[in-house]
Amino acid sequence: MVNLGNFFYTLGMWLQGLLMRAGLSESGARGVFSALVAALLPLLALLTAVPLIWLERKWIARLQDRMGPNRVGPFGLLQVFADMIKIFTKEDITPLGADRVVFALAPVLAVAGVLGLWAVIPFAANAFGVDLNVGVLYLVAVGTLSTLAIMLAGWSANNKYALLGAFRTVAQMISYEVPLVLSLLVPVLLSGSLGLNGIVGAQREVWFVFSAPLAALLFLIASQAEVSRAPFDLLEAESEIVAGFNIEYSGMKFGFFFVGEFLHSFTMGLLGATLFLGGWTGPGVEAFPALGAVYLILKGTFVYFIFVWARATFPRIRIDQMLDFNWKLLTPLGLFLIPLLAVVNRGLSESSLWLRNAALLGANVLLAVLVLIILGMRGRSARMRAASTVAPAPAGSRR
Amino acid sequence: MTIAQVIFAVISAVVLVSAVLVVASRNIVHAALWLILSLFGVAALFAVLEAGFIAVVQVVIYVGAIATLIIFAIMLTRREMREAGQQTHRWWPLPALLGMALFAGLAWLLVSLPGTGATPPALAGDDPVLLLGQALLSPEQYMLPFEVASVLLLAALVGAIVVAGDTR
Repeated sequence: MVNLGNFFYTLGMWLQGLLMRAGLSESGARGVFSALVAALLPLLALLTAVPLIWLERKWIARLQDRMGPNRVGPFGLLQVFADMIKIFTKEDITPLGADRVVFALAPVLAVAGVLGLWAVIPFAANAFGVDLNVGVLYLVAVGTLSTLAIMLAGWSANNKYALLGAFRTVAQMISYEVPLVLSLLVPVLLSGSLGLNGIVGAQREVWFVFSAPLAALLFLIASQAEVSRAPFDLLEAESEIVAGFNIEYSGMKFGFFFVGEFLHSFTMGLLGATLFLGGWTGPGVEAFPALGAVYLILKGTFVYFIFVWARATFPRIRIDQMLDFNWKLLTPLGLFLIPLLAVVNRGLSESSLWLRNAALLGANVLLAVLVLIILGMRGRSARMRAASTVAPAPAGSRR
Repeated sequence: MTIAQVIFAVISAVVLVSAVLVVASRNIVHAALWLILSLFGVAALFAVLEAGFIAVVQVVIYVGAIATLIIFAIMLTRREMREAGQQTHRWWPLPALLGMALFAGLAWLLVSLPGTGATPPALAGDDPVLLLGQALLSPEQYMLPFEVASVLLLAALVGAIVVAGDTR
């Protein structure tokens, strides 16, 4: 069957057929094909970083009322290549007293942790690295690698600022893993599957962003913190700890962290699209499965745009605010959200699709309103307390 | 040897060598890194045995925990983070003997169990994660141990907060 719409599947079958004609057994052809995919997928992922960096710089520039890169090539398109040449030719410095092996290992791990995520993203109904039945847990497991990479980078550089950045990593990335996992549980709960392809398949009718908007919001915030970009870029806060964990890195080793960060952000966008925006589903996908990849990339870019928007808009939060926000708001919210949605989803499992999703949306809105009311009351009482302590200030006590 | 056996042998070698290096390396952070490699190897062994869930959970729990362990190691040890003293104790043959006896006992127990060395039965059509979840939460199977373990962990959490929290 030659069907251009089923492009990825046809290509895969053709390649395997070619290998078998070349004299390989069926399992051998499958093995070679898997190795090829395993080599090509990360390469593809790394190549997407090139247009991504240009896109983000342009976006940030527009949000800040600037032009952005526009000198090298049309619309500054070649700026990234110029930067690459610059970074390749820079001197590779290892500071005195650094732990050489760990110092070189950290940037590799940082990129590997991101590329590992690409293995389970379903780009179309039948185009994915592997459809693990524990895909969501796998995401969490691979995510720990990037935490580890930043910690090792901070420790091995033999620099106080870098070590401080690493300490902040523990406080931030490990804390924000909790609401991230809680928000990942909601699509699992609603779809009844731990595999990413199963989760996408369950969103054919209604995307989970409509039946669980609070979970999508939790995911958005927590993944921004996981990627540690502004407003959560405490681990490399320039004004406090110079450049944080990557202070001693130069040349291509710094480039690894740089590319890893951009790619991680975009990968989180792809995951957000997969988990909450229906992944590869869209009009015409049944007839032409290859269209799914286009839909996924468009949706992923949209989520990525929200990340960039937040990055350009918010100032960096303080470390105590960051911890309070996580442990006193996001984590309890996630813990309340899951049982609530579980009860509603189970109680209405017999009723029609639309009624069930409307009830889920209603439960979300109810919880959101409740949280806002509680936050408002707390804020009011805090302001009252502040006012009552400030108001009777003795005249001329200070200043 | 089949391919599966070769893979098993390679992974086991990685696990064992890095496990030895955990106790042999003098730098505490290096020891933690070797521990991570060793635990990754165990996860890979689980994956080879088609226990994907256990493999992933192994990585989530252990590697995530060890990342924190490294930081504590850095914070709690001396500046050099290097133990210059002797690495063995005067009585080291005794625990070595005990360890080997334990290993021999476990190995004997495993070999004498029925079904050791047989080809594992093909997994049923159902999703193994689904079966695991049902087994953990059905009263006839493992619900009681599961709940008892949960209560124990909760008690540990409460205890940690009591120990670390402010006394007013």
